[in-house]
Amino acid sequence: MAPSTHRAPASDAGSTPAGSDPAASARRGPRSVPGHPLLGHPLLRRLLLAAAALAAVAAVTTATGPVTDLRVANAGLFLLAVAGLQVLVGTSGQVSLGHGAFMFVGAYTMALLVVNVPALPLAAGMAAACAAGCLAGLAVGAATARLHGPYLAGATLMLAVGLPAIALRFPDLLGGANGLGFSTIGAPPALAGLVDDTQWRAIVVWTVALIGLVVLATASGGRLGRHLRAVRDDPTAAALSGVPVGRVRVTAFVISAGAGSLAGACQAYVLGTATPSTYGLALSLVLLAALVLGGLGSLWGAFWAALAIVYVEVAGTELAHALELDTDVRNNLPVVFFGAVLIIVVLAWPRGVHGALSALGRHRSTPQQTGDS
Amino acid sequence: MEHFANLTLNGLATGAVYAALALSLVLIYQATRVLNFAQPAFALVSAYVAYAVTSATGSYWAGFAAALAVGALLGAATERFLVRPLRNASPLSPIIATLGLLMVLQGAVGMVWGNEPLSFAYPLDYRGRFSPADAFALVSVLLVALALFALYRFTPAGLRMRAAAIRPEAARLSGVRVGAVLASAWALASAIGALAGMLAAPPFLAPNSFDLIFVFAIAAAVAGGLENPFGAVAGGLAVGVLLSYVTGYAGPELTALAALAVLLTVLALKPDGLFSRAAARKV
Repeated sequence: MAPSTHRAPASDAGSTPAGSDPAASARRGPRSVPGHPLLGHPLLRRLLLAAAALAAVAAVTTATGPVTDLRVANAGLFLLAVAGLQVLVGTSGQVSLGHGAFMFVGAYTMALLVVNVPALPLAAGMAAACAAGCLAGLAVGAATARLHGPYLAGATLMLAVGLPAIALRFPDLLGGANGLGFSTIGAPPALAGLVDDTQWRAIVVWTVALIGLVVLATASGGRLGRHLRAVRDDPTAAALSGVPVGRVRVTAFVISAGAGSLAGACQAYVLGTATPSTYGLALSLVLLAALVLGGLGSLWGAFWAALAIVYVEVAGTELAHALELDTDVRNNLPVVFFGAVLIIVVLAWPRGVHGALSALGRHRSTPQQTGDS
Repeated sequence: MEHFANLTLNGLATGAVYAALALSLVLIYQATRVLNFAQPAFALVSAYVAYAVTSATGSYWAGFAAALAVGALLGAATERFLVRPLRNASPLSPIIATLGLLMVLQGAVGMVWGNEPLSFAYPLDYRGRFSPADAFALVSVLLVALALFALYRFTPAGLRMRAAAIRPEAARLSGVRVGAVLASAWALASAIGALAGMLAAPPFLAPNSFDLIFVFAIAAAVAGGLENPFGAVAGGLAVGVLLSYVTGYAGPELTALAALAVLLTVLALKPDGLFSRAAARKV
């Protein structure tokens, strides 16, 4: 491994825990863009990237109709959910099959607030959903901090199946199998005629998702991120270098659950409903599968994952319609298509789409170190 | 008390299904360190093939034999073409590949047989308290577990399987054909999974019939310890009885939450499952 040419700031490098490979930490640490003193700060760079992404979303939704608006909104909220899962699975190495449960918490918090406290502004609802998710993550993380590998996977799998059943247990409060339905405000009157309701919702979702992503990128790029990776790569060495292993693992769960439940709140806001079947086992499995498909270890992997969740199914549905197949085949083609894509990607690109693309980039460009961002 | 006894017996019968599926998961985990998410799909395809064969021939047992054969074939093929190419990849890769296979097979079953439930025959009379069908489920699973114990403990084939799983390189140097041995372990495990499918399918079979059963089987396998086939069987029966009590006294919608609570309690006491041996010392 050649030493990185773009070293992290000295303060960051100085606090690198001895348990992790220093070269790896420097490579994964914040990078600065040479020749741009203003762009040198990673937070500023992330904010600029987020603003550019929001502008792109606004442009795309303006140029297209409500169907695309809904898909774009879905891509945004899945991006946030998978990015949260990335921090947990990719960065801290804890495999969770229960991320859908945190989306459930967020969606129902949002729905309960809208139904019972209609006057509450949207931002407050989102913040409450995020807080509820963090609390749930704290509880789950504390309960599972000692578990590893398949044992953690089994416990979180039960969470994914068990938690949505709460809605069936308390039908008066949570609406049973039909869930909670409500209406959310559309575009503000000042923008009437310029932006329609579905487009406004897509923009709101992406604003929330991008804020969440900037927080996640900042958290996993800094000191906490180094601790997480140290715990992932060698818990014993991390503990010997003074990293509080248990606390770091729980923190990863809290952050991940906060992002997941914010994404769930966005989904409730977009759909105008929260039902237990939306947050079943299939959702949790698809989130983890898409994450591996996109690529572990980088938030860009979450981007490809979100596109895959939304558009592989769209492609499967459109393929079924184009081929004019009978009903049984048509209904099942999207899931078969997603499964086949998953198998092919895992076999062909074991490091996911992002891993394959960055290997391609390294191959083509001048030999320059690239790392996670 | 009558109610309690009924719940216990029902729980043992459903627990036999969890035990069989958990056993197949543990055998595969021991052999290749993969949590096989495609296991319920193997059971599903096997049960649907059994349905087709039984419909064509009129014999339940011809369908039963076909199911076991199809299960074994699917298991061996998956090991050879999906898991073996990924043996050097990250530990998550084979799990995700089997998850993809689950989606493909479940969707394919829906494409061929439709998503509507089909009525599926019981092997024996199913009426009354602890019916012959319930007894058949429990006895067949216990017999399979005993046969497995004998196979692993007392036969050369079992010795080769353990060697190939624990030290593949050393086993290869001693002349064990590791690939073939691991493929046969998958075949054996998946045939047991197919047995679970045959026991769980009646009275109605649909493409999502086995989803919840699979989740409880994972809970049983994890609670018993993924290293231990005996733990899987004991865990499966315990989960079955426990969920039967929860269903009877509290309500069926709480089963998954109750299983979660028990699993977390067990794992809080023993993070590697109830029947695990002490692991290497940790800092």
